[in-house]
Amino acid sequence: MLEDKDRIFTNVYGFQPWNLKAAQARGDWDDTRALMARGQDAIIDEVKASGLRGRGGAGFPTGMKWSFMPKEPTPGRPNFLVINADESEPGSCKDREIIRHDPHKLIEGALLAGYAMRARAGYIYIRGEFIREAETLFAAVQEAYDAGLLGKNAAGSGYDFDLFVHRGAGAYICGEETAMLESLEGKKGMPRLKPPFPAGAGLYGCPTTVNNVESIAVVPTILRRGGAWFAGFGREKNEGTKLFQISGHVNRPCVVEEAMSIPFRELIDRHAGGIRGGWDNLLAVIPGGSSVPLVPAEQIMDAPMDFDGLRELGSGLGTAAVIVMDKSTDIVKAIARISYFYKHESCGQCTPCREGTGWMWRVMERLVKGNAEIHEIDTLYDVTKQVEGHTICALGDAAAWPIQGLIRHYRPEIERRINERRGEGEPILQAAE
Amino acid sequence: MAEAARLPASPEIRARWDGFAFTADNEAQAKVVVGRYPPGRQHSAVIPLLDLAQRQVGAETNTQGWLPIPVIEYVARYLSMPYIRAYEVATFYTMFNLAPVGRYHVQVCGTTPCMLRGSDDVLAACAAKGLKKGHSTADGLFTLNEVECLGACANAPMVQINDDNYEDLTFDSMTAILEALARGETPKPGPQVDRQTSCPEGGPTSLPEMATANHDYRNQW
Repeated sequence: MLEDKDRIFTNVYGFQPWNLKAAQARGDWDDTRALMARGQDAIIDEVKASGLRGRGGAGFPTGMKWSFMPKEPTPGRPNFLVINADESEPGSCKDREIIRHDPHKLIEGALLAGYAMRARAGYIYIRGEFIREAETLFAAVQEAYDAGLLGKNAAGSGYDFDLFVHRGAGAYICGEETAMLESLEGKKGMPRLKPPFPAGAGLYGCPTTVNNVESIAVVPTILRRGGAWFAGFGREKNEGTKLFQISGHVNRPCVVEEAMSIPFRELIDRHAGGIRGGWDNLLAVIPGGSSVPLVPAEQIMDAPMDFDGLRELGSGLGTAAVIVMDKSTDIVKAIARISYFYKHESCGQCTPCREGTGWMWRVMERLVKGNAEIHEIDTLYDVTKQVEGHTICALGDAAAWPIQGLIRHYRPEIERRINERRGEGEPILQAAE
Repeated sequence: MAEAARLPASPEIRARWDGFAFTADNEAQAKVVVGRYPPGRQHSAVIPLLDLAQRQVGAETNTQGWLPIPVIEYVARYLSMPYIRAYEVATFYTMFNLAPVGRYHVQVCGTTPCMLRGSDDVLAACAAKGLKKGHSTADGLFTLNEVECLGACANAPMVQINDDNYEDLTFDSMTAILEALARGETPKPGPQVDRQTSCPEGGPTSLPEMATANHDYRNQW
């Protein structure tokens, strides 16, 4: 178990104030100038050594991402850091806790990351619905400016760095990095084709790196305690500590920081008070937010909660948003609701996703009631395969995977419903209605 | 997004809103917002300014505000951008209301994590008080909508009413909140059970020192 002294987000529950004075008493902004004096490449190397992989879901190595940024920005084409606080993945609620209870970890991390990647300015894109959280963040950034920690000669380092907060207005897709850049430019949040990648041409056409809130907020502590300290937790290639968000049918849902690779059973028993009705009552778990396929109880019970461990189970760590479902769950309905989510959130740019998400949702709703034919399960699976990988961004994949996971593990349940209602269903429509 | 109601620019709406302009306070705020972006990139401010305009409409009508087409036109002019660019932003993002809403905009999260923990009960509590999804009550007090994940899943089920979240709801606590609002009171936001934010109910399983003092763990490093 992770010891309290090794937890980064000590004020995660907001028992104590978020303000600068309280944050400094907890160790934030402690001689930031000295950390910066180590040099830009040294910071990147330390983050690389920590093994930190992006906490927003994809798990790309953070230090490597930073190293893609131009080392010498050309005049008139500055580097930008964009911090993704558009936390909208169903199940995820960790960035919210960082922003409203420990915002100075994020702001100090933004300065250090921005400096390391030679960024002139950073934007924190916070989802519009985080209204109170944004109020806190605006106030915390202002505190940092007033204390000389941001702006000209930030923290006395001799480096100029500005940080701005930008509120969204309700669109899941803006959590996709290029959609976020479009939205920041004042447009609809429709993802861009890659290449060019943001590190080449991002915000306003300038080199840009987009990082998740948690990835940035852990950086100051990594630099203070060393990459080797952070890399000491979790299995190889899955290093570090992580905010887990436990929701659904556990006795005590919560957000908690733990070591990566913690076994699922230990995570739930230690922090969430166990499964509602006991471990025998566990049906399935969505371990990384709604986009990843579910994992049946017997497979996940003793699995390590990390990128590779969950990938081996055909799922993923995603944002470590653990959605637990006990045996009272209508598993088909639970996934159908996720399908509705993706239908609602598809930006409409790519045809397979725009048409496919609605089509898949409508079929899922019929499967909930068993109002279908057996072969339609295969048709649905086939359609998910046609959506997956055929869209500009990963929303199409994210809509397809939960359904694939359901069919993979719970086909007998779907068939049972169909058989019970056999003869009452109408044939499936071949084209999108 | 496409299902949301939209009002066209009827002569009545034109008559009411064609003269819309930011108040002095909002004008000052708008300048601050535009200043966050590089020179010539003022289009970036369209989302914050539409939000500001919607809030001003809300203040003028004693509701949660909406964006009549003349108001969208005003924001577009303010930022020197084509009207259609501002309009497509207003229609793309779900937080912009394109038809009037009530004094209290009740947005119940219905996505799977909330569904698993009883968002149907929350919606039932709304229905029992006469709220109908996608509609405002006859007295103009409440507008109910089911929304997608609002990012408070460890405190599910939850509702956002105007600018505040109410979390860890039951049928009874949701009923109590609606009744309090109808009486003109402001119920306490956050978890509606005995719980500190997203900490496990019954007390923290980690960092117990933090509950009572602003503990500094660095001396144990």
